[in-house]
Amino acid sequence: MADQVPFFSPKHLGNLRARIRAFVVDNFLFGDEEGLQDETSFQESGIIDSTGILELVDFLEKQFGIAISDEELIPDNLDSIDKTACFLNKKVGASELSQGVVQLG
Amino acid sequence: MTANRKFSPELLDIDVAAETEAICQGIRTLLKEQLRRRGLVVGLSGGIDSSVTAALAVRALGPNRVLGLEMPERDSAEESLAMSDLVARHLGLNTLREDLTPILDALSFYARYAAAVRQVIPEYGKGWRSKIVSPDITQTDGYTLFSIVAQSPDGRVSRCRLPLQAYLEIVAATSFKQRTRKMLEYYHADRLHFAVAGTPNRLEYDQGFFVKQGDGAADIKPIAHLYKSQVYQLAEYLQIPEEVRQRAPTTDTFSLEQGQDEFYFSLPLRHMDLCLYAKNHAIPACEVAAVIGLDESRIQRIFQDIDTKRATTRYQHLPPLLISDIPEIRLQKGGGLSAMAWPLPT
Repeated sequence: MADQVPFFSPKHLGNLRARIRAFVVDNFLFGDEEGLQDETSFQESGIIDSTGILELVDFLEKQFGIAISDEELIPDNLDSIDKTACFLNKKVGASELSQGVVQLG
Repeated sequence: MTANRKFSPELLDIDVAAETEAICQGIRTLLKEQLRRRGLVVGLSGGIDSSVTAALAVRALGPNRVLGLEMPERDSAEESLAMSDLVARHLGLNTLREDLTPILDALSFYARYAAAVRQVIPEYGKGWRSKIVSPDITQTDGYTLFSIVAQSPDGRVSRCRLPLQAYLEIVAATSFKQRTRKMLEYYHADRLHFAVAGTPNRLEYDQGFFVKQGDGAADIKPIAHLYKSQVYQLAEYLQIPEEVRQRAPTTDTFSLEQGQDEFYFSLPLRHMDLCLYAKNHAIPACEVAAVIGLDESRIQRIFQDIDTKRATTRYQHLPPLLISDIPEIRLQKGGGLSAMAWPLPT
């Protein structure tokens, strides 16, 4: 991880949002982020379809070194920048805690 | 149509004689006025849709103006050919058989497919068989993501969710089959000055269950407006052999036997028909639930999935898109050109 910020801090969550937003804007929107809010539903706005979800999962797994299980592949976890960041925050946090790599404090 | 009638499967009942006559008239009119071709090529799979399409074509044009093409390959079900032979004999149809296997081999289809599967099942190789399946969307709130099911030569079965690259490569490879079949259909259509008939029913057409420029390509799609159960009604009226009418719908695309419902549709087709009809006629989920015997929430989920599939497969329906309009070649309603595309030489 490039970040050396505690996983539970607002700054860490902000970093995650920014990285997810950068991927979404670059990969799905050809650089045009007009109208994309952190809470915009990917499905309802038509930004991401089922293949798009695969692309998002591929990005998250490769960039953050995590494995997303079938049960975790639900809109509650991945349907907006906010939801994805929160999901990732828990996921990465748990992973880093278990590996002892998070700087606490 | 539905305002005064209770929702039931009978709402899908049609006047088969009148429908047959309307389709046959439509085929003749489109060939004469729009396509200007002398007959139809129909790819025969041994399934109900292609059998009914061929029967309608023969009824509309006579058997000499219809060519049935059988195009099996290594992974095709053995009974497919037997069924299409049966239909061809019943219709008095001229048929040709094109073996796809050497063509697909030359395209490295089998090698490409196996390599894609090995991304998730490294031991996949000779003697293995496989298919793609989708989750039962009525049982989960998750995304509809495909998995591969593979069977080893000794019968061991493994299942694995497909990650992005493997999924894309498997779809790209298997699409060779539909596109190669369509290439052959157009070859024969061109040499006979015929047009090509596509065979989708309404479920397939609406939900994008076809390969773009593969089985999605055609000059005319005579049964695309008919729900699957209406196709069965026509099949009975047209006296399609009982064996074909009783056969379970299959994709006949993968080496492991695969039903259409486990691949793409989340319910048995007769129930999917009712859900699509209900959605198209704004019939509430609770009425559908009572008829099908599922929870209302599951019907809502299916309604939602119908919308999702419509949105995600819009690409399949799109023609080549232009940056700027060319009014001289603009299509009129019904598909005709607004002007002669090919002026006579002066």
